[in-house]
Amino acid sequence: MKFAIQINASPYQSNAGLDAYYFIQSALNSQHEILRVFFYKEGIYHAFRYALPPDDESKFNRNWTELAEQRGIDLVVCISAAQRRGLLCEDEARRQGKQDNDLAGGFRIGGLGLWVEATLQADRCIVFG
Amino acid sequence: MKSYLFVMRRPPNLGNHVQETLDMILTMAAFDQAVSVLFADDGVLQLKAGQNQAALSLKETSAIFNALPVYEVNSLYVEAESLKSRGLAPADLILPAQAIERIKISELMKRFQVIIPD
Repeated sequence: MKFAIQINASPYQSNAGLDAYYFIQSALNSQHEILRVFFYKEGIYHAFRYALPPDDESKFNRNWTELAEQRGIDLVVCISAAQRRGLLCEDEARRQGKQDNDLAGGFRIGGLGLWVEATLQADRCIVFG
Repeated sequence: MKSYLFVMRRPPNLGNHVQETLDMILTMAAFDQAVSVLFADDGVLQLKAGQNQAALSLKETSAIFNALPVYEVNSLYVEAESLKSRGLAPADLILPAQAIERIKISELMKRFQVIIPD
């Protein structure tokens, strides 16, 4: 089965991101397909490159990066939700006259159209948070 | 084309979640999908007329809600019990919405391929 996943809660606001992460791993291990994970609203806080929790805490952004690298999952961060919260990818930062790249590895910036596309191709759409 | 039902259950004016859900609704509609919206629980308050959001430094969502018909989002539903328990009548809302009894909600939901919460 093909899944489209949306995550709307930040890492420390609720366990929604963690629930999504475990759901995705279970789905993949059961031979399902994750078409795309779309980070929207407060969910964009999962994609900050410089989130540095203490050593004895879970590294949520690194978990996502590893998931993208190891399983080839498409992690898309909504551009409008990201920009209003101060998460700029390298291109956008340059356009704004900044020298920054806030986006953690494995994520890409995209528009809501990518979420629409994923829901059209998916058998099931699940929203976390 | 797919049929989508957005289920708005959260109160307005707590952050910008209504605005961001509306962005998603308008994008779906702009991609020519069949979009309907159900308001239930505190979500019915999102449609209440006479909110002065500018005074709270929040974006006026009524202007975005009023754009829904322009995007051909015309199927709006409101749960009758949610409206009544908050002292509201359909005339208090900024857009015409069809009142649905709570017992009929699951029947309504079965008509859609994708259901998205706010």
